[in-house]
Amino acid sequence: MASKEKAGKGAPVAARLGIWTFLATELLLFGGLFTAYTVFRITYPDLFHQEHLKLNRLLGALNTVVLLTSSLSMAVAIAAIRQGKKRLMQAGIVLTLVLAAAFLAIKYMEWTEDFARGLYPGSNLFFGLYFVMTGLHGLHVIFGMCVMLYLVVQGQRNRFSADYHTPVEITGLYWHFVDLVWIYLFPLLYLIG
Amino acid sequence: MSQTESYLAHKGFKSWALTMDHKRIGVMYLVTTHLFFLIGGFLALLLRLKLLSPGPALFSAHTYDVLFTMHGAMMIFLFIIPAIPSSLGNFFIPLLIGARDVAFPKLNLFSYYLFVSGILVILISLVQPIDTGWTFYTPFSAENSAAVTTVSFGLFLVGMSSILTGLNFIVTIHTLRAPGMTWYRLPLFIWGMYGTSVIQVLSTPVIGITFLLLVAERLFGVGFFDPAKGGDPLLFQHFFWFYSHPVVYVMILPAMGIISEVIPCFARKPIFGYKAIAYSALAIAFISFLVWGHHMFVSGMSTTAGVIFSFLTFFVAVPTGMKIFNWIATLYKGSISLDSPMLWALTFIFLFIIGGLTGLFLGSLATDVHVHDTYFLVAHFHYTMMGGTVMGLFSGLHYWYPKITGRMLDERWAKHAWWMIVVGFNVTFFPMFILGMQGMPRRYAEYPAKYHSLNVLATVGSWLLAVGIVIMFANFIRSLNRGAIAPANPWEALTLEWQVPSPPPEENFEVIPTVTDWPYSYGKETGDTRGK
Repeated sequence: MASKEKAGKGAPVAARLGIWTFLATELLLFGGLFTAYTVFRITYPDLFHQEHLKLNRLLGALNTVVLLTSSLSMAVAIAAIRQGKKRLMQAGIVLTLVLAAAFLAIKYMEWTEDFARGLYPGSNLFFGLYFVMTGLHGLHVIFGMCVMLYLVVQGQRNRFSADYHTPVEITGLYWHFVDLVWIYLFPLLYLIG
Repeated sequence: MSQTESYLAHKGFKSWALTMDHKRIGVMYLVTTHLFFLIGGFLALLLRLKLLSPGPALFSAHTYDVLFTMHGAMMIFLFIIPAIPSSLGNFFIPLLIGARDVAFPKLNLFSYYLFVSGILVILISLVQPIDTGWTFYTPFSAENSAAVTTVSFGLFLVGMSSILTGLNFIVTIHTLRAPGMTWYRLPLFIWGMYGTSVIQVLSTPVIGITFLLLVAERLFGVGFFDPAKGGDPLLFQHFFWFYSHPVVYVMILPAMGIISEVIPCFARKPIFGYKAIAYSALAIAFISFLVWGHHMFVSGMSTTAGVIFSFLTFFVAVPTGMKIFNWIATLYKGSISLDSPMLWALTFIFLFIIGGLTGLFLGSLATDVHVHDTYFLVAHFHYTMMGGTVMGLFSGLHYWYPKITGRMLDERWAKHAWWMIVVGFNVTFFPMFILGMQGMPRRYAEYPAKYHSLNVLATVGSWLLAVGIVIMFANFIRSLNRGAIAPANPWEALTLEWQVPSPPPEENFEVIPTVTDWPYSYGKETGDTRGK
């Protein structure tokens, strides 16, 4: 088969270029939301300040720590497999998965709290943005978890080695991107002035 | 499996449904998109039939709204955007660069199924067909009871398919070129497709998020586009056109690529200004991101912004003009043979000049106020999209038909169809320029009697156009079995796809070729070549 033949040589280069291109699309997807945020924050600075006080900063900060740590464990997994340390890689990915789940659990608590206090996406523009932005980000976390689950299964089957670990690497790039989006979301939503 | 067996050799549903061969996927896109071309065209005939009478006739004004929305949305999203990139692009990019397939064959098949699932979701919406126009402007689209949510979701899937196809092509062109295939030896179709893919990858996510926000608006009542909640309907227009303007270049760049292949081949001359054509594709792709505001001159944008957008709009015409001059310079003193692909290519140049120049009327602030949302605009974009993109597509279809199917088209019938379509097209759409100048607004089911005669003319033209299209498609279908067996290189072209049998073997190339020259050394017989 033609595809098999190619998979030997150019594949890692192609995959890396592919994922960077994909991240460029992702950037523009979130870019739309950041544009909307900018427009409305300039139009309604007081509303944004007053409404953002209703968010739980402690949980938001905790989530930032959780997600940053997950990026670290992901980086460890990649560094490990580059040296052929398969068990360390598995541990790194599993830890990333656990932290991602923790992130979602905390997010869930926050949203429940918000709903309980009558704060919904339709409440006002700030909360509209808050729910849409964190919601879309959350979907990206869930998608990343699915991919990592797949990596763990493949890792159990001994698919990755120092010579072949492209899927791990590109998942890592994706995961760092998801982390990076949160690094912008956190101050923009929780730490206004 | 022998290396030289045609890619069409295997039969059966599964061999197509599960294929990862870029050629088969290209053919599947070709069939799917052209199906919607025919349906969308049929809807247009109904619209024109209704406009035969100035007063109420045939169906209600609401049905008219539904029909023109469906005509527009279908033609734009399901036909003209994917028509060349996903079908001919898929089929020919690997062949033209000397590769065995695209970089990610599985992803390619996945993109196709995303496209089909998007279509299925959109079909569900026919329960409550939308009447928003293909532009989905808020607040109307956010408030009305039609199935806007369903359509938005369907188009989101179609958009994802478009992104992944563009991504696949970018990576393919970067990583899978044959040895010796340097960037300046790439066929110009590849440069066009590269620019197209960049636009697809960078602009489509913005329409994606716009549709998601529209859905959020409808389902959760977030008020981004609702003035009552402090939102801004203009923001929707900005988002919408940030995608939808660049995307007109997704439509036109691949067609320009086809023209750049056909003109030198049928003029037997090296292409004039290779680098200028190549870089103008990238320049168009780049500037296309900066001109979206010209759709909103009368929407309440600031005058300063209007002036800047107007200037940038004129600016994007420069690389476009460069291409046209280069094609004409290529024709100059060429040994021109008027086979059907060339006829379509020349038609492209002629009609696209009209379409492009009338675009500048619309890009000028003062004239735009007069002709905005009139039939002048309708005529303009049909001259660029149908007169441009679709004529380029037809050129490509006639040029590559022998390669795709292994059969020759009936040239006589191809020319009959050409006459009918060119005459029908101009009779249909040229009167609309005049109607627009006289002030007839678009998107109305009825109109004052003073516009009657030109509308009758346009409707009669639409019938000629339809007959021509039917003849052309009949020729396509009939030649599948009855056409003469095509030789490997019926046009004596120099690009790589013609150096393999027609239809190409499954693996494309028995041995990956080594490229030593650019593909435009035509006219060796007269010694008139760039002599590289």
